Amino acid sequence: MTKVETALGSMSMNGLDHGVTRDTLTGSIDPRARLITTMVFIIVATSFGKYDILGLLPLVIYPMVLMALGTVPVRSIAKKLLYVSPLAIFIGIFNPLFDSRILVHLGPVGISGGWISFATIMLKFVLTVSAALILVASGGFDAVCQALARLKVPNVFVSQLMFMHRYIYVMTDQASRMVRAHSLRSFRRSGMSLRVFGSLIGQLLLRTLDRAQRIHTAMVSRGFTGEIPLMRELRLAGRDAAFVVSWSALFILVRLYNIPLWIGSTLMGVLS
Amino acid sequence: MHMADALLSPAVGATMWAATASLMVYSAKKLKDDPDDRRVPLMGVLGAFIFAAQMINFTIPATGSSGHLGGGMILAVLLGPHAAFLVMASILTVQALFFADGGLLALGCNIFNLGVFPCFIAYPFIYRTIVGEGPTKALLFTGATLASVVALQLGAFGVVLETVASGISELPFASFVLLMQPIHLAIGVVEGLVTTAVITFVWQARPEILQMAQGRIDRDFSTRKVLAGLALVALVTGGIFSWFASAHPDGLEWAMFHAAGQEELEAPKGAAHAALAGIQEKTAFMPDYAFRQGDPGEDDGEGVEEPWPAVSAGTTAAGIVGGFLTLVLAGLIGFALRLAGRSRETVTGA
Repeated sequence: MTKVETALGSMSMNGLDHGVTRDTLTGSIDPRARLITTMVFIIVATSFGKYDILGLLPLVIYPMVLMALGTVPVRSIAKKLLYVSPLAIFIGIFNPLFDSRILVHLGPVGISGGWISFATIMLKFVLTVSAALILVASGGFDAVCQALARLKVPNVFVSQLMFMHRYIYVMTDQASRMVRAHSLRSFRRSGMSLRVFGSLIGQLLLRTLDRAQRIHTAMVSRGFTGEIPLMRELRLAGRDAAFVVSWSALFILVRLYNIPLWIGSTLMGVLS
Repeated sequence: MHMADALLSPAVGATMWAATASLMVYSAKKLKDDPDDRRVPLMGVLGAFIFAAQMINFTIPATGSSGHLGGGMILAVLLGPHAAFLVMASILTVQALFFADGGLLALGCNIFNLGVFPCFIAYPFIYRTIVGEGPTKALLFTGATLASVVALQLGAFGVVLETVASGISELPFASFVLLMQPIHLAIGVVEGLVTTAVITFVWQARPEILQMAQGRIDRDFSTRKVLAGLALVALVTGGIFSWFASAHPDGLEWAMFHAAGQEELEAPKGAAHAALAGIQEKTAFMPDYAFRQGDPGEDDGEGVEEPWPAVSAGTTAAGIVGGFLTLVLAGLIGFALRLAGRSRETVTGA
C-alpha cells in the first residue's frame, strides 16, 4: 500500500461521517444546537485554570454521553486522539521543566505544578478535540454546513466547504493512483526527489484545473448561476433549546463548583 | 504548526476568531462583488487538491510540525488573495473537524496564522513584487521561496504570541521564539522549494493558466485597500488583546465569574505597554499560582477561582478519590446509555 493510501486509511473520513443516520438521538438534534453547545463546551473547558485538572474532570461526561447516544464509533475517535496534536505535547512538555515547584504531595512523592499543568493541557486537548470530532460524527458534515449557513456564515464559504468536502475523496484517490504509478516505476527508491515531487504535484494540479473546468461546464448545463442552493428544512424545536440550555447549565455548574472535590470530601467525611 | 485548543485561553481564542471572522466576511463580500461562476467549482476542487497534495508530502522529519505543503501560496497565485484565504479557511475547518488538528476554538488562530500571512501579506507584498509581470524561472524561484519563508515565519511567530498571551504554557517568550523560528525557517525553505517546483511546472506546461489567474487577480485586487484592512484588523486585535491583558492578569478567568472578585487591576499605561506587561507577567512569575499560594486569605468565598485546592494531605486524598469517582460515574453513564441504545436497536430491528 502506498503512503497516500495509508494516510487515507488513517484519516478514515468515511468512518466518521458517511453512513451517519439522523435516527440517533443526538443526530436528530438541530445541528445549530449541537454547534452552539460544542462551542460553549470548548470555551468552558479552555477557561479552567492551568492547575485545575480536578475541576475539569466532570466535563468528560459530555463526550461520553454523546458518543453513547449518537452511536459514534468510539474507536475511530479514540484512534484520532492518539495522533495527539504534536504542538500541544511539544509545548506542554516544557511546563514540567519550567515549573518544578511541588504542588501536591502523594505520600512521599511530590508532584510539581508543571506536571499537573501538563496533564491539564492533555485533558483539555482530549476534551476539546473529541467534542469537535463528535460534532461531525453525530450528524454528518452536511448538517454542520447547514447550521453554519443558518447562522449567517457567508454563503461562499459554506458552499466552498461542501464542495471541497465532496471532492476530497476524488482528489485523494487520484493522488494515490499517481503515487502508486510512481512507486511501481521507481524501484523501491524511498521518497521522492523534489523535482519529481514538483512535477507530480504539478500534474495533479493541471488535472485539478481541467476537472474544475469540466465540473463547471456540467454545472452550467444544469442551470448553475453562481450560487449553490442549500436545502433548508431546519426548524428549531423545544428539544433543541432544551439540549443547549441543559448542557450549558451543566458546563457552567461544573465550572463554578469543583464537583470531584466535593464528592471526595463528602465520601471521606462519611467514611471517617 | 496547528495551534491547539488546549494551549489557548478563551480570551485569546475569541479575539483571534473575531479578527479571522471579519476577514472572512470581508473576503466573501469581495468575491460576491465580482461574481464569476467559474470560481465556485475551481475553489472547491483546488481545496481538495491541496488536501491531496498534503498527503503526498510527508518527507520532512518530525519536528513537532507537520511539514506539509502549506498551500496558501499556491492558492494565492492561482486564485488571488481573497478566494485563496477562503479556501485555506475551509481546509483548516475540515482539518479541525475531521483530523483533530487544533480544535474549534483554535481554528480562528489557525486560519489567521496559515491563511492571512500567506494570502494577504506574503503574496501581495513579496511574491507579486518580485515576480511582477514577466515571470522568469529565477524570479519565480526567488519570489515563491522568499514569500513562503516569510509567511511561515510570521505564522510561527503568531503561534508564539497566541500561546504566550494565553498563559497556559510555561515556556518563556524568548526561548519559545528561539525554538519555533529556526525550525520553521527550515520548513519554510523546503515549502518554498516545493511551491517553486509546482508553480514552475505549471508555468512551463501551461503558461496561460498563470496569466489568466494573474489577469483575474489584477482586476479585483488593490494593495492599498488590503493594507488599510490589515491595519484595521491589527488595531482591533491589539485593542482587544490589551484590554484582556490589562483587565485580566491571569488571562484565563471568565469575566462573568470574575466581576465581583477582581483582586487587582493593573494600571494600564497605554495599551501596548499593558499588553506587554501582561505577557511578561505571565511568563515571568506564574502570577496565578504564586499569588494564590502566598495569600490564601484572598479567596473571595465563591470557591470559583481556586486553581488548585490548598496543599494538605486531606484535600489531596479527597481530590483523588473524587476525581476517580467522577470518571467512573461518567463512564458508567455512557456505558448504560450505550447499552440502552443497543437494546432499543435490537428491539426495533427484530
